[in-house]
Amino acid sequence: MSAAADVIRVRVPARTWRSEARAIKIVWRRELTRFVNDRMRIVTSLVQPLLFLFVLGSGLQRLSSAGTHGVNLKTFIFPGILCIAVMFTAMFSAASIVWDREFGFLREMMVAPVRRSSIVIGKCLGGATVASFQGVIVLCLAGAVNVPYDPLLILGIFGLQLLLAFTITAFGIMVAARIKQMQSFMGVMQMIVMPMFFLSGALYPVSGLPSWLAVLNRIDPLTYAVDPMRRIVFSHLHVSAAARQALDPGVTWWGWRLPAVLEAGVVLALGLVMLAIAIWEFSTSE
Amino acid sequence: MIVVPVSSSPPAIDVRDLTKSFGDVEAVRGVSFTVTPGEVFGFLGPNGAGKSTTINMLCTLVTPTTGSAYVAGYDVTRQRDDVRRHIGLVFQDPTLDGYLTAEQNLRLHAELYGIDRAAIPARMRQMLEMVDLWERRDAPVLTFSGGMRRRLEIARGLMHSPRVLFLDEPTIGLDPQTRSSIWRYIRALQQTEETTIFMTTHYMDEAEFCDRIAIMDRGEIVVLDTPEALKAAVGADRVMIRTTDDEGALVGLAERFEIEATVAEGAVTFFVPSGEAFVPRLFAELGVPITAVNVSRPTLDDVFMNYTGSTIRDAEASSATERNRITMRVMTGGRR
Ligand SMILES: Nc1ncnc2c1ncn2[C@@H]1O[C@H](COP(=O)(O)OP(=O)(O)O)[C@@H](O)[C@H]1O
Ligand SMILES: [Mg+2]
Repeated sequence: MSAAADVIRVRVPARTWRSEARAIKIVWRRELTRFVNDRMRIVTSLVQPLLFLFVLGSGLQRLSSAGTHGVNLKTFIFPGILCIAVMFTAMFSAASIVWDREFGFLREMMVAPVRRSSIVIGKCLGGATVASFQGVIVLCLAGAVNVPYDPLLILGIFGLQLLLAFTITAFGIMVAARIKQMQSFMGVMQMIVMPMFFLSGALYPVSGLPSWLAVLNRIDPLTYAVDPMRRIVFSHLHVSAAARQALDPGVTWWGWRLPAVLEAGVVLALGLVMLAIAIWEFSTSE
Repeated sequence: MIVVPVSSSPPAIDVRDLTKSFGDVEAVRGVSFTVTPGEVFGFLGPNGAGKSTTINMLCTLVTPTTGSAYVAGYDVTRQRDDVRRHIGLVFQDPTLDGYLTAEQNLRLHAELYGIDRAAIPARMRQMLEMVDLWERRDAPVLTFSGGMRRRLEIARGLMHSPRVLFLDEPTIGLDPQTRSSIWRYIRALQQTEETTIFMTTHYMDEAEFCDRIAIMDRGEIVVLDTPEALKAAVGADRVMIRTTDDEGALVGLAERFEIEATVAEGAVTFFVPSGEAFVPRLFAELGVPITAVNVSRPTLDDVFMNYTGSTIRDAEASSATERNRITMRVMTGGRR
């Protein structure tokens, strides 16, 4: 045992914006470290999109080649598959806060002399980063389904899926503030994510829907992530005007076609609102 | 007898009339005490006595219902951040990230607490060496035994050189050997780090490692003193006898020796000034066959029994039934 004289003493400085930034960064880094250490999770994140894209895509193709105007169905559902892959991963990322509570680690973070908002933001950015890694994997498969590797296309889709990953993680963390059991959390998330997926137009064009479905579709936030991605993909394809009209009609509000920027804005605004709610929930809990 | 030098510096912990109610459960009912800097102060009491609730109030995780508490000179309700900067915590339940290595856990802690980056590696090494985990620094915490995890938590709690270290049942669930080794670490760390330690336990034997002890039962401090003073106050040996007729033995003790005895854990128990000398008389005059006898010097168990009238295990059993009753009421009553 060393003598008291050579004990290295450190001090904990008063809170500053820099110490908050450090807290955000380390919470974010922890999510990445855990993901990298978890081989199983990496493998599933590689396999899942392949399954969706090639099995589901090839299967459906046999049914629908007449209706796609010669466009490969896999090309059509590519943005939707990318979104669902990101969504599922984001959901699991957000679940990590439920695990953290269960295994006690949340307490270690909650008693640290930093704002709760820094911890929630770090968690959210970390989860979003891991989820968007999933999106990047799907993006790598673009060529296999006739989506060209154009720098602008890659950049646009990358940005959009980052936005989606952020929003879904924020949503999951907001839910996790209230729902403390893993099973209930997964149940609730599934109950919300699955309908979101089916209503979003990830698997079908959003024009000419029955009016009840059209309304639900316009309410579904995922619609506003899938549509701009599809628009980017189709703007890089050489297809007939009829095919474009049928497969990429765009989201309309009372007949007005929303610009892609506005759609992205909807996703971002939702994410920010949910993040704010999550921060508020965690700050007021003891 | 005060072991700790009485200094002019403000108390490390200063608590006045602190209470906490959860709905109609009064978990803590008005406790007051002060802890001197450098002291090892223990809270001893059965499960459900309110020890964890008190710790949680002192470390700003639970807001007190009434009363005041200052830790390292800061108000726990109005200066939460200042309190948090100056305390270290080891909770009753583990709070490590099992998927990270020992070193990653400590580094994360250091970053959260905003410790000067240049100082982190040396401090981390010192902490890990003190708890003998330096060699295991790159192993994921999942692979650690219960005792190793506890040691790592203690190292982490001290990582940022806190003025007060809170330990809530630091040895719970560990085998006796590991428990005593944890205690060696705690005492050694306390000396080198010059930290004030506030700990809780429900193991009687562990309370003897403390400079002073507060015995807590049902949300109140029953008595507070040094272990020696507490034992001296009992001033008698404990005699436990097993008989074929406990009722008869109680009556016999009362009538022939004017001794008030209780039945605890299946044995008739009472206190007499010099136990060994008393035993021959007991056999001769009790009038009830005795099958076994045990005489022991006072322990903290006896202190607890002396002040509360039950052994700590009995107190736990009854508080468990109490809890069950409350649960039953909640389940059957509730909103209807
Ligand atoms: N969050 C809570 N909500 C309701 N009751 C609680 C809560 N925390 C503790 N209690 C109750 O307060 C009492 C004291 O608990 P605790 O402080 O954990 O005791 P100890 O740590 O001494 O075992 C118990 O009856 C317990 O059931
Ligand atoms: Mg406790």
